Amino acid sequence: MPMNIVFLLFCAVLVVMGGIAFVLSRAKATRVRATGMAMHAQPDQYAWFAALATAGPALLVSALGAFALLLMGAEIPTFYLLAASLVIALIGLIMGLNKVRPEFHARRAIEGVIRKLLAVAAMISILTTLGILLSIISEALRFFQLHSFWDFVTGTTWNPGASFLSAAGRAEGGSAAQFGSIPLFAGTFMITLIAMLVAIPFGLGAAIYMVEFAPMRVRKAAKPVIEVLAGIPTVVYGVFAALTVAPLVVDIAGLFGLDASYSNALAPGLVMGIMIIPFISSLSDDVINSVPNSLREGALALGITKSEMVRNVVVPAAAPGIISASLLAVSRALGETMIVVMAAGMRPNLTANPLEDMTTVTVSIVAALTGDQEFESAQTLSAFALGLVLFIVTLTLNVVSVFMIRRFREKYRVNNL
Amino acid sequence: MSQSFEEISAQLKKRHRRSARMKWMTMGALILSAAFLVVFISDMVVRGWPAFQQAQIQVEVSYDEQSQKLPLAAVDEDVRPLISRGFFRPLPRKMEDNPALMGTTQTQWVIADSRVDQYLKGNEDRLRPADKETLENLVEEGRADLKFNTTFFTTGDSKMPEMAGIASAAIGTVMTMLVTMAVCFPIGVMTAVYLEEFAPDNKLTQIIEININNLAAVPSILFGLLGLAIYISFFGVPRSSPLVGGLTLALMTLPVIIISTRAALRSVPDSIRHAAFGVGCSRWQVVRDHVLPVSLPGILTGSIIGLAQAMGETAPLIIVGMVAFIPDASFSITGASTVMPAQIFTWASEPNSAFAEKTAGGILVLLAVLIFLNALAVWLRNKFERRW
Repeated sequence: MPMNIVFLLFCAVLVVMGGIAFVLSRAKATRVRATGMAMHAQPDQYAWFAALATAGPALLVSALGAFALLLMGAEIPTFYLLAASLVIALIGLIMGLNKVRPEFHARRAIEGVIRKLLAVAAMISILTTLGILLSIISEALRFFQLHSFWDFVTGTTWNPGASFLSAAGRAEGGSAAQFGSIPLFAGTFMITLIAMLVAIPFGLGAAIYMVEFAPMRVRKAAKPVIEVLAGIPTVVYGVFAALTVAPLVVDIAGLFGLDASYSNALAPGLVMGIMIIPFISSLSDDVINSVPNSLREGALALGITKSEMVRNVVVPAAAPGIISASLLAVSRALGETMIVVMAAGMRPNLTANPLEDMTTVTVSIVAALTGDQEFESAQTLSAFALGLVLFIVTLTLNVVSVFMIRRFREKYRVNNL
Repeated sequence: MSQSFEEISAQLKKRHRRSARMKWMTMGALILSAAFLVVFISDMVVRGWPAFQQAQIQVEVSYDEQSQKLPLAAVDEDVRPLISRGFFRPLPRKMEDNPALMGTTQTQWVIADSRVDQYLKGNEDRLRPADKETLENLVEEGRADLKFNTTFFTTGDSKMPEMAGIASAAIGTVMTMLVTMAVCFPIGVMTAVYLEEFAPDNKLTQIIEININNLAAVPSILFGLLGLAIYISFFGVPRSSPLVGGLTLALMTLPVIIISTRAALRSVPDSIRHAAFGVGCSRWQVVRDHVLPVSLPGILTGSIIGLAQAMGETAPLIIVGMVAFIPDASFSITGASTVMPAQIFTWASEPNSAFAEKTAGGILVLLAVLIFLNALAVWLRNKFERRW
C-alpha cells in the first residue's frame, strides 16, 4: 500500500477510537451521575479526557518513531510502528474509560495536558532561533575550516567564483578563490547609510508633524497612507529601483557631467530609504505620542514657541525611543535583500562613490546559493559565514534598541510600547 | 542687558517664523512620503497596464492533414510570422482530441507574436518591413487588434512573452500560503495564549519573550538559510516545493502572529476573566469560552496582516529554490513550484523588453491581492473590534 494511504488509514482508526472513547466514557459518566453520586467533573470533561488519553500517547509514539526513522536512520518497519501506536491507543482507551470515577478530577487533568501543549508550542519559537543559529554556525565553521577566519574578516578581495575552477582542477596560478568580506560590508554600509539619510529625516519629520502639528483629521488620513508603503513587497521596490530610479539617477548624474553605473548604489539606497520611512515614522510616532503632556504644557507655559518646544523638550525626551527606532531600521536595511539583488551590482567593489556599482552581503548570499554549486563547495558555505555575521550584527542592534526603549519606558512609565 | 520693546518683538517674530518653518518642513516630509507612494503606484500602473492587453489577429485556420503534420501550414503564408508559436504548437494535439475539426476551416482570433504586440503598443519596432505592411493592412481591415489578455491569467511561465502568465505562480502562492497558515496560525495562537494567560513569570518565560522579539527582527534571508540547512539538507524536504517554502515562511510569520495575538488578548479587560473565574471556570475554560471569542477579530486581523507579509516575501524563497521555471500549474505541495513575487523576480531579470510589462502586470496583480487582504483586515477590525 502506498505510504499516504497507510497514514490516512492510521489517522482514521485513531479518530474512530477517540470517538469511541468519547462516547463510551460520556455514557458511563452520565450513568454514574444518574445514580445520584456527586462527581468532580462533567460527563463531557470525562469524555474529552478519555479521547485525549486515547489519541495523545499514540500520536506521540508514532511521531517519535517517525522522527527516529527519518533522522537516526533507525530500522523500524512502518507497519510495526503504527501497530504499536494503535495498541497504545487501545491501552489509553481502556485506561481513560477506567478513570471515569467520581473522585477523578477530569477537568484538572485536561487542564494539565493543555497547559503542557501550549508550553510546547511556545518552545517552538526558541527552537527556531536555535535552528537558525545551529544551521548557520555549523556551516560557517565548515567554511572557516577551508578558509581562514582572518582572511575573511580583513581581506579586501571577494572572488568566490574561482573556487569552482580550483575544484575542477583548472586553477591557474594566482586565481585561487578569495573570500575577503570587506568590500561586501563596505557596500552594505554604503547602501544602508544612503537609506538612513532618506528614511530618518522623512520618517521623523512625518512623525513630528503628525503628533505635534497636524489636526486630528489629517493625522487619521495620513497614517494609513504611510502604512501602505510598509505593506508593499520588497520585490516590487526592487523592480521600481532597477527600472525607474536607477536610469533616473544615471540621467541626473549625466546632467552634472558625472558617470554613473546603471547598477549604482544610490538607487537601491534611495528606494530602501523610502521603504523604511513608515517603519521609522510609526515607531517614532508612538514614542513621541507617549512623551507626557505635562512636559509640553510646562514648556509652553514658559512662553516657548512650538518649534522650540519640539526641539528642546519633546525630541530630547523621546530620544531613546527615536534612536531605538533608527537602530531597528538600520538592522532592517542591513538585512534587506530583494532591492539590492535587483538593483545593486554583483561586482564586489571597494569604493566610496555611490554612483559606482557595489554589492552587498545579502546579494552575495543569494549569488552563492542560487548558482549550480554543490552544497559542500566553499562558495556555498561562504553564504553561511556571511549569514552568521549578518545575524550577529542585526541581533546586537536589536538588543541595544530593546534596551534603549526599556529605558524610555521606565523613565516615563509608559506601558504601551 | 535691558532690551528695548522693538528688539524683543523683532526677536519674537523671528522665533515665530522659525516655528512656522518647522511646521512646514515636517509637513513637507509627510507630503513627500505620500508623494513617493503616488509616484510609485502610478509608475507601476503605467508600466503594467499594457500587460493586460494582448495583440490578436483574425485568421483563417484550416484544419487538414497538412497542418496536422506541419502546424505552420494551418494559416496563410503572409500572416504566419505575425502569429505566436504558442498557437501553432498545440494544434496537432487539438486536432487529435477533436476529430470533428478535421477538414474544416475556421475564422478565429489567435494570439499574435510578441513583436506584433510590442509594435501595436508603440513600444519597439522589430518587425521586418514586409510583415509590417501585412500587419498594417490587417489593422486597417480590423483583423488585428489589442484585446483583453486572458492568457496572462490562465497560463504559467513561458519563454514566449505572449504566452507567459501568472496562473501557476498564483496557484503556487495559494499552496504555499496554505502550508504557512496551517503551521503558524495554530502554533502562533497557542504560544500567545500560553504567554498571556498561562505562563508563570519566570526566567524561561522571559527568555521566550525576548526570543520572539528578536525573531521578529531577524532578516528574512536568514530564514531562507535555515530552510536550506535544516529542512532541505537535514530533513530532506523536496527543494522548490510549496512545502519547504511554506514551512520557511511559517517560521518567519510566527512572531508577527504571536505579537498581534498577544495584543488582542491583552486588550480583553480583566473583569471578563474575573467574572468567569467567579462562576467557577477553570483557566482553560476562561480562555476557550470567554477570552478567545472576544479577541478573535483582533487575532484574525493580525493573522491576515502576517499572511499578506508572507505573501510578498521573496528572499527566503529564492534561497530554498522557489524561483523555478514552472510552465504548468500544479496543486501538489511537494512538486516544484513558484510564487507570485518570485515570478515577478524571474520576469524582471529577463532581458527581453516584452517581459518588462509582464513584470509590472504581475506586480499590479500582487498589489491588488495584498491591498484586498489589508482592506479585509481593516474591515474586520472596524466591524468586530470592541472598545472596552
